[in-house]
Amino acid sequence: MKNKILMAVALASGLYLVRNLYVILLQLPDEAAQGAIYRIMYFHVPGWITSFSAYFLAGLASVWYLIKRDPRADEYAVALTEVGTIFTMLGLATGMVWARIIWGVWWVWDPRLTWAFICFLIYAGYLMLRKTIDEPGQRGRIAAVVSIFAFVSVIITYKSIDWWRTQHPGAVLSFRAGEQRMDPAMEGMLFHNWFALTAFAGVIMMLRLGQERMQRELDALRRYTHSL
Amino acid sequence: MGHVFTIAWKDLRSELRTKESINAAAAFSMVILVLFSFVLDISGDARDFGGGLLWLVFAFAGALVLNRSFAREQSNDCLDALVASPLPGWALFLGKAIANFALLGIVELVALPVFGILFNANWLRFPAWTLLTCALATWGMTVIGTMFSALTVNLRLRELMLPVLVYPMLIPVLMAAMQLTTALLVGEGITAEDWIWVKLLIGFDIIFTSLSLALIDFILVS
Repeated sequence: MKNKILMAVALASGLYLVRNLYVILLQLPDEAAQGAIYRIMYFHVPGWITSFSAYFLAGLASVWYLIKRDPRADEYAVALTEVGTIFTMLGLATGMVWARIIWGVWWVWDPRLTWAFICFLIYAGYLMLRKTIDEPGQRGRIAAVVSIFAFVSVIITYKSIDWWRTQHPGAVLSFRAGEQRMDPAMEGMLFHNWFALTAFAGVIMMLRLGQERMQRELDALRRYTHSL
Repeated sequence: MGHVFTIAWKDLRSELRTKESINAAAAFSMVILVLFSFVLDISGDARDFGGGLLWLVFAFAGALVLNRSFAREQSNDCLDALVASPLPGWALFLGKAIANFALLGIVELVALPVFGILFNANWLRFPAWTLLTCALATWGMTVIGTMFSALTVNLRLRELMLPVLVYPMLIPVLMAAMQLTTALLVGEGITAEDWIWVKLLIGFDIIFTSLSLALIDFILVS
């Protein structure tokens, strides 16, 4: 039953993404200054929002794990962090393609880009660290502390466009900028795509969570057979 | 607070008697300084990249001191004894951090004049600011280094994981310290534009010190 719901959500988010692509590519006009390439924004911005939301929830799950020592919280933390890291890579890649067209280079060492890259390195370190610890309790505790530390880099990345003068475009979404800086049709489309990407991220997160659960059961069985 | 200084003094004494990591760190910092002189063209003034170079030296050499911080307690199960003693976890952490801060300070005091001579940089132009920058950035490095030393002390692949985890976490503090030190070396001093980096250093120190003190008990007591 649960799997059927998951597949239904996956299908719905897939169809939603296709519908969004149709609107983005064929219905919305080019942007006045940037031309056609601005459309990558519909994946770049929602991708980053999804990624940072995943890191935030992973941080919450880590706090929960430290308080309650509930192994399920640790499973949520790892599943969410992996999904967040995938969307970080998506965000970095789409940003680089956009930069190649608009700035003429793939990468500049600008505060926003640099912090985003640091985020990626820190969370990649978190995932690598998990692989090196065998004992589940120890792994959960250490990983939870690292996850809480790592989230500070997410906050800095998010605020970096306010704190430094960056080459990266400033806030465009109205809830962040405090005023309407984008055509409502374009901004609305951004939220449509954000919704679709988040649903998709939720599906892969749940799949990953299922794998972690099975892994835990397998480990328990293995320990049990060893003890016999 | 008495506990904190007991631990700090214990660590400092044992390190100053053996001089294991501090000698290695000081020697290593010289090696890096020499290596950098081959990489960079220093025919003119080295001051433009001086700040960056200096903090890379501190970060690499400092890691030698910081990595040993908890690993040193592993022989004879000293760590278990410390954890079992009537000593709060935060006091153990803070004591070790203070000892590490002092040791890193010694390494920096050795490396700074050598850097000044070899790279023709006058690091005494703004002594108060230089001291403040060094103190803030070194404390940030110490807190992260000590915390991750505690995190990884029982790990199978400790030597592999530590640099992968510590250096990305240190980038904010190193970045700020490099910007400020370069501003101090080039001679404009701290201008209004540099304040963001001072604030970043202070914020970094406060956030990670409180996080470490709050979370260290989860790491030490299993």
